[in-house]
Amino acid sequence: MHALFQRHPAFGGFLLTMSLRERFSGKIFTESYAILGAVLLALCILLTFLEPRFLSVSNIFNILRQSAIIGIISLGMTCVILVRGIDLSVGSIVALSSLVGAATVHAGFPFFVAWGVALLVGAICGGINGVVVGWLGIPPFIVTLGMMGAARGAALLFTGGAPISGFPDAFRVLGKGWLAAVPVPVLVFGGVFFVLYLLLERSIWGEQVRSIGSNPVAAWGSAMSVPRITASVFVLSGVLSALSGLVLAGRLDAAQPTAGLGYEFGAIAAAVLGGTQFSGGKGTLFGTILGVLIMGIISNGINILNVNPFYEQVVRGLVIAAALVFYGRLSAREAA
Amino acid sequence: MMKGKRLLLLVLVGLLIAAFPLAASARQTLGVVISTLNNPFFVTLKEGTEQKAQELDVDVVIYDAQDDSAKMASAMEDLIQKEVDAILVNPTDADAVVPSIMKANAAKIPVFTIDRGASSGEVVCHIASDNVAGGRMAGEFLAEQIGGAGKVVELVGIPGTSAARDRGQGFHEAMKEYPDIEIVASQAADFNRDKGLTVFENILQAQPEIDGVFAHNDEMVLGAIAAAEAAGREGIVFVGFDAIDDAVKAVEEGSLAATVAQQPKEMGLMGVEYAVRYLNGEDIPENVPVPLKLVTQ
Repeated sequence: MHALFQRHPAFGGFLLTMSLRERFSGKIFTESYAILGAVLLALCILLTFLEPRFLSVSNIFNILRQSAIIGIISLGMTCVILVRGIDLSVGSIVALSSLVGAATVHAGFPFFVAWGVALLVGAICGGINGVVVGWLGIPPFIVTLGMMGAARGAALLFTGGAPISGFPDAFRVLGKGWLAAVPVPVLVFGGVFFVLYLLLERSIWGEQVRSIGSNPVAAWGSAMSVPRITASVFVLSGVLSALSGLVLAGRLDAAQPTAGLGYEFGAIAAAVLGGTQFSGGKGTLFGTILGVLIMGIISNGINILNVNPFYEQVVRGLVIAAALVFYGRLSAREAA
Repeated sequence: MMKGKRLLLLVLVGLLIAAFPLAASARQTLGVVISTLNNPFFVTLKEGTEQKAQELDVDVVIYDAQDDSAKMASAMEDLIQKEVDAILVNPTDADAVVPSIMKANAAKIPVFTIDRGASSGEVVCHIASDNVAGGRMAGEFLAEQIGGAGKVVELVGIPGTSAARDRGQGFHEAMKEYPDIEIVASQAADFNRDKGLTVFENILQAQPEIDGVFAHNDEMVLGAIAAAEAAGREGIVFVGFDAIDDAVKAVEEGSLAATVAQQPKEMGLMGVEYAVRYLNGEDIPENVPVPLKLVTQ
């Protein structure tokens, strides 16, 4: 399973056994999956009981399609939190990259060039975050808070606050297309999950990411370049934010400088709900997907049941708080 | 010879000084400070003030704060130094303008706020759009369009904000007049296009029949239109609020039935009118609602 990893000479045996043992010895993941799965199932049963239309194929795809946007970002956020980081700039990068992509396609370039430019903007923003965090050692909270403001400001300046709307269908495909009976955003979300899963669980890079998060001292002592791996994680988060921005722009047929406001909270909440821990090293993409789906189902349920909007934030807050308490107790029990 | 010239000069200066207060008392001067003239909305507002001033035979001195609170403060100071009779201000920021208003209060110059309010300081009167009336107008239009009966959805702005409260209140008042209209869903989409899309997608899942949608702003209604288009649902009447560029375009194209527009010119006209009425000793209300208008095809 970890053939690549074992062949790599850069890792001492200590680091290998420790991170592997940590990952596989703990029941934390299997147990939290079971609980999350149960919560998800209970929510679905409750909502179906209250509103039978909840459990229609079209609503299931609807929830998946809606969740894709925040989901793609959450997968990147999970990797960032795995290296003990945080990325507050994701929502601003969504806005800036989709606006630049939209302007490119409006300038007459083909849609794939516009996509490329948007992803490049995401990579550059993420790269700046990564370089400052990785090599200059500034805390990611501060760095990405700065990028959050800078990218948002740049997005507002870029069009003077106005949205760019009306795109060719090819450009919108990521957001509104269908492949067979599946919406394209769901496929993109699935594709990102698959690729990241391979990277994180089956490649040397994933092993390095986890080791930086679980034991930075040992990681610095090893032969790998901690700054480079850290930076790569922020680049990934930036690129995924840009990809999500393209999905969003496609869905709305508009790119807005105010797009993605508050996405950082949604993404962090989903990752934390899915069992990713701020102390680094621990967390999985699958858990994050469960977290994203739970949040998405709660929103969907509130809308289809026409619950008073004032309750929505209360419910979300309670779910996240309950998850944190639960994980806290679980790790305390593990330690004991 | 030299003495004669000097004397003449003295007399002239004396006359000028004597004449100045006379002239000032004859014509009222209003100072107008506008947040930015870079935005056509506020340019129209400014033109309203000038038009009314000409009608009422008063002078206006206009300052453009260029969306800069510091420039706004110095403009206000200038006006206080000039001892204008009243100041009409369209603040760049509700908090940043407060010290300037307090200085005007100390100099006993009455202050009026237009469009945007001030968080404190003594303001004679606040002249702004009547969001309740706008919500009612939108509701009545929507009801007529769907024939006085059917199922409607309300997309609510950020819960608790004054715009969401007022627009929602007006809409619900209008709906009370139509017992055959049922509000099947009233959900928050936070004034945001992206949330308007997802929230309306969810509502579409639950409601097989929807005749009309009123959203507290255009951003949400544009998101809802995108959701209905993607779901292939036709025949829904959409009404928005604010008349932003994208919404006016959607009205022209026919996907949006109507949007409620603010009337900046009316704001300017009414601002000067009420200021002059106040200076002439009339009692005026603390809040002057400016009517809105419906933009339709």
